Formats: sequence, C-alpha cells, structure tokens
Amino acid sequence: MLNPHDIIKNVRNEGSAVVLELAGEIDMQCSTELRGEIMAILQEKPSALVVNMSQVTFMDSSGLATLVEALQWSRRNGGTFRLSGLQENVRNVFEISRLESFFEIYDSEAEAMAQ
Amino acid sequence: MDSNKTGQSFSSASHIHLEMRAQCAYLRVARVAVAQVVNHLGMAEKVGDTIVLAVEEALTNVIRHSYDGPCEKPIIIEINTIRCDDDGEQEALEILIRDFGKQVDPETIKGRDLDEFKPGGLGVHIIKSVMDECQYTQASDTGMQLRLIKYLAPSKKDKNKPESSDCHAKE
Repeated sequence: MLNPHDIIKNVRNEGSAVVLELAGEIDMQCSTELRGEIMAILQEKPSALVVNMSQVTFMDSSGLATLVEALQWSRRNGGTFRLSGLQENVRNVFEISRLESFFEIYDSEAEAMAQ
Repeated sequence: MDSNKTGQSFSSASHIHLEMRAQCAYLRVARVAVAQVVNHLGMAEKVGDTIVLAVEEALTNVIRHSYDGPCEKPIIIEINTIRCDDDGEQEALEILIRDFGKQVDPETIKGRDLDEFKPGGLGVHIIKSVMDECQYTQASDTGMQLRLIKYLAPSKKDKNKPESSDCHAKE
C-alpha cells in the first residue's frame, strides 16, 4: 500500500525561504500527513514556502483543502505561499474549484523563487 | 461490438463491477480501474482525468460522510456503457456508486458556495461540474446510490446548446 510519506520528496532551505518538493498522488489517504508536514514548516515562519508540485500526478479536493489551509495560515502570519510546476490535471482541480485566482501559481520553481 | 480509437473492443453492454472496503488505501485502485475504462473508451485524456477525479470525490464522500470515516464496510462501483436517449443513439458512460451507510435526503447534497475561500466542501461541486448528469438516490434498504453519466459524444439535442451539466437528486 502507498506510504503517505512517499509524497514528501524533499524539504530544503533556500535562504529564508523553504522549498517543499512533492511527488506522487495526493488523496484522502495522505492529505492529513501532508497537512502536518506543511504546518510544521510554516510554524518556523519562513519568508516564503514554495511547494514544487511538478511530480504530483494526481490531487483531489482533500489535497486542495490542505493547500487552502496553508495559504490562509501564511496570510495570517505574514508569509508567502507559492505553488510551482503543476501538471495539467492537477491545475484543472484548481480551475474546476474556482480557486486558481487565490493562489500564486508559477510554471517552475525557479520562477516562484525569483518573485 | 463497438471499436474505439485505441483498437480495443468495448461492448455497449459492458459491465464492470468493483467492490472495495471503505479504506483510503483502496482509492488508488479505484482510480486506476476507472482510468483504464475511460482509456479503453477512447475518451480525451483531459476528460478522462476529470471523470477519475469525480469518482475519487464520490468515494471520498462515502468514506467521510456515509461511513463517518474509513471502515471495513463495502463500496460497490459499477461501470457500464449505455444508450441513454429515446432513439438509442446517445452512448454514455454510466458509473454507479453504492454504499451501505447513512441515508440522507438527496436534496440536501449540495456543493458549497464557491465565493467563500475556505478548505473543504468541494467534492460535490467537482462531481457536478465534471459529469453530464449526477443523481443521488436512497437505496431501498440502507445507504445511498450515486449515478454518474458522461456522454461519450455530444448528443443531437446538445449539439446546439452551450456546455452545461445537469445534476439532480431523486428519492
């Protein structure tokens, strides 16, 4: 069975920012663990959290809810929350849910870090 | 038998029956199965991806709301290709999702207001946005059934209409 921790590919510091690389499929099984990982990073109050999703091949609304919560937390605490490298089917989840405009979404991690 | 663009044969009476326990670990199995079916039907990749997403949201809702969390109770998924209009020309993918949990008034199953920016509550909205028809019914004994329809080609009556979805509840 899928290990939820498999979706966390890497976490690294880039100056005062943090880059979280995800991989695989984000569904109800792993979204709770993902939420815990993101919130642990945000508790450290980085200037920005960039979530590199270029290797995420599927995401449902439970994953989307986790990202919404992270964005809300970042805004309340003066941080920046950015997403990068969304595959078409993942980006489509944002479009269907009409949440795309709320997020800062970049084609690549480099573009997200350059902001 | 009908042939599709992948060269596979897929009968209009095709019937696939899957039964899974209401465990999150099996969601991926269901996704893979549905993806295989839509691929065999020759549906566009983007359309197929959204159907997989809709089924995922439906199954997640069953686990979360009908069963109040993961458990050993069953969820039954039936996948058919059907003729769904009076003259038998409109072919469609039909997906039935049956649970044995709580029964609710189908009229109360609605997506939330999308103007609110908050986590959660998006599953029903996604299902209704993606599928051409969706219908919740109370099963005769216990639990609910969700019937999802996706037309395999634009119907004659819809060819001159803008794209829309038609979702309704029925008791």
